[in-house]
Amino acid sequence: MDTIIIEENKRKGINPQKFALWIGMASIIMMFTGWTSAYIVKNAAGNWLEFGLPNMFYASTVTIILSSFVLHLSYIGYKKQRELMYKGLLVLAFVLGVTFIVMQYQGWMQLFGMGVDFKANVAGSFTYLITAAHAVHVLGGIAALIVAMIHAFSLKFRYTEKRKNRFELVLQYWHFVDILWIYLLLFMLNTK
Amino acid sequence: MANIATTYNDDLLIQEHGLNDHFHDHHHGDKYQSGFISHYIFSMDHKIIARQFLITGIIWAIIGAAMSVVFRLQLGFPEESLAWLKPVLGKWIVIDPTGMGTLAPEFYYALVTMHGTILVFFVLTAGLSGTFSNLLIPLQLGARDMASPFLNMLSYWFFFMAGIVMFYSLFLSTGPFSGGWTAYPPLSALPQASTGSGTGMTLWLVSLTLFVVSVLLGGINYITTVLNLRTKGMSLWRMPLTIWAFFITAIIGVLSFPVLASGFFMLMMDRGLGTSFFLSEIFIEGQALDRVGGSPVLYQHLFWFLGHPEVYIIILPAMGLVSEVLAVHSRKPVFGYRAMVYSMLAIGFLSFIVWAHHMFMSGVNPFISNFFVVFTLIIAVPSAVKVFNWITTLYGGNIRLNTPMLFSIGFVSMFISGGLTGVFLGNSTIDIQMHDTYFVVAHFHIVMGVAAFFGMFAGIYHWYPKMYSRFMNETLGKIHFWGTIIGAYAIFWPMHFIGMAGVPRRYYSFDTFDAFKHFSGMNQFITIAAILVFFVQLIFVINFFYSIWKGKKMTTKNPWGATTLEWTTPIEPIHGNWPGNLPAVHRWAYDYNKDEREFIPQIVPLEEGEVGDH
Repeated sequence: MDTIIIEENKRKGINPQKFALWIGMASIIMMFTGWTSAYIVKNAAGNWLEFGLPNMFYASTVTIILSSFVLHLSYIGYKKQRELMYKGLLVLAFVLGVTFIVMQYQGWMQLFGMGVDFKANVAGSFTYLITAAHAVHVLGGIAALIVAMIHAFSLKFRYTEKRKNRFELVLQYWHFVDILWIYLLLFMLNTK
Repeated sequence: MANIATTYNDDLLIQEHGLNDHFHDHHHGDKYQSGFISHYIFSMDHKIIARQFLITGIIWAIIGAAMSVVFRLQLGFPEESLAWLKPVLGKWIVIDPTGMGTLAPEFYYALVTMHGTILVFFVLTAGLSGTFSNLLIPLQLGARDMASPFLNMLSYWFFFMAGIVMFYSLFLSTGPFSGGWTAYPPLSALPQASTGSGTGMTLWLVSLTLFVVSVLLGGINYITTVLNLRTKGMSLWRMPLTIWAFFITAIIGVLSFPVLASGFFMLMMDRGLGTSFFLSEIFIEGQALDRVGGSPVLYQHLFWFLGHPEVYIIILPAMGLVSEVLAVHSRKPVFGYRAMVYSMLAIGFLSFIVWAHHMFMSGVNPFISNFFVVFTLIIAVPSAVKVFNWITTLYGGNIRLNTPMLFSIGFVSMFISGGLTGVFLGNSTIDIQMHDTYFVVAHFHIVMGVAAFFGMFAGIYHWYPKMYSRFMNETLGKIHFWGTIIGAYAIFWPMHFIGMAGVPRRYYSFDTFDAFKHFSGMNQFITIAAILVFFVQLIFVINFFYSIWKGKKMTTKNPWGATTLEWTTPIEPIHGNWPGNLPAVHRWAYDYNKDEREFIPQIVPLEEGEVGDH
């Protein structure tokens, strides 16, 4: 239903769905701004436990960047109508996304092993909160990837504007959570 | 009723100049609007959703106002027995052996808290911006519906669920949350802090988190619709001020509510997972808690980063509605259209950098306070521009003093009265005396409570024919207006004096304070006024529901002689809003009394040699 209205009314350059996603991303950025600002304020106020980030977080960073590249290549594959490239890389991006979540979990375990408790110091609480909130947003992206895979494998391969738009929505969000993670990592490294 | 000298054949104009968007009219076999449930309950039509928001808002307004009557009874008549309320409030009315019933103090706090939460979020955010953004954005822009009707429906149902959870919390044996609508920790962070801090606070958080989702879904939709679905010719500078107001409101909401959500998530972790974001060195019943390292002021920053934009989320839609109603019913173009838009944009921007003026007394650095004082006082500039423009719109106009117009003028009056005291409170030095007194209560109730209600009433009386194809009763409307404006001033004017004398807000009773005892007469006066105003609002409620079925029928499409697109739609609303082509727009929204013509709708093309717009 909603797509019908959007198609019927569309006569300007921007795709309303993509535009709506941009606004949603702005909202998400504001939520993380709330947390990172609170982090800066608490950090400046002292009583802040200093610790290095677990190695697993660097490995997971590489993984999510890789998945972004792979998904983009899959998108190029779809545009060039190379079915195998499109489907294969889509699955690979999904696998890398899931791997990222698993690695984040390993990272939390390492962090806990380093003696950084969830409750004992606000520094630890913030690190767990921010990384977990980001992971939740990645899970949202993984859900979108699952939907994209269902489309890829259940529908007959065909290049349509509508399907390209849908793919672009997933791609836009996936790049967003990728860049968000890089930002959060650099943020946490620089405010230690 | 309007005496309209000029008539236009809307259908012909739309047919000749309109935009054919290949809209398929699904009168028969319309799969999403055919049954009762899909039409009236899980509807995706923006006009139905608008009415759902409005009626839900009215129900919450009655509940919230009734709560204020109960706590005003306690404040005005602490010696009188409230035993007669026992059937409604149950165990919260404590009856002593002599048969004297008193309101339980903890429930007094719960009532004050719920009154604030309900009115601010459920009535003046969802009920006001939810209703009119939904109704007017597609209609005034010439769109078939919102960008995503499905998300729009979800927005209402998230609000509805938020309401259900909050309503349920009213009936908990420990009572609803009682730590103030701002939910400052530690009262909100420690379940053992007070009776309402347990399950009551948990449900409060759940409810408001659902509410944030509703606002975000709504806001994303409103912004997308305004930027993407305007009809042919509807440039941004031709949009009515209502749409500008809803648009800026939605942007503010989308940027500020997520920050509230981040504060809420941290609060949830403090409550449930044992973190100490907002807690440090707390003793409860002589026991020291092991929660250290947090800061309750941090929560206040996160809360007010939403909380201050929130008051503009409430007042901007009211400003937009009033601007439109004033122009239509004084038969004049709105004065300084662009200045109105720029001042709303300025207010929207400034609303994000003044939040700490709610925290002058919370222990923030006084040097930082100076920054917030300056920006707070600067908000007076765009606000004054708007007030000046409303008054100059009225000046020399052909004024129709009907109910929507009266409420719009009342809005301007209230906004001036309440805005001036804001200049006092914005000064951090004066705030030392005024902070947390009835002066503050008077200020914000007038400027964003009563004023926003006036804007909402103006909107309801003015657009009622567009919602229900009937008119509300004009005599009852005028009684409603005069009762409300006189009563509201009678309630809040005396509070300024009580507040300047230092009487603190939120106190259950002043019996033990010698300094405040002599205000009992004034408190009685305020309480009596509040009860009368409450009953005057019931006249409105009766008028509203009676008129849905029995009101005077609308016989012409454009009863007010307005220029905007919603008055070119059929009298009986249809899905898709216009039966054939979409209207195309040729001029701005305020061509009143131009070139010897009483009014010129936006769909009328420019005549040869005519200069368009403003």
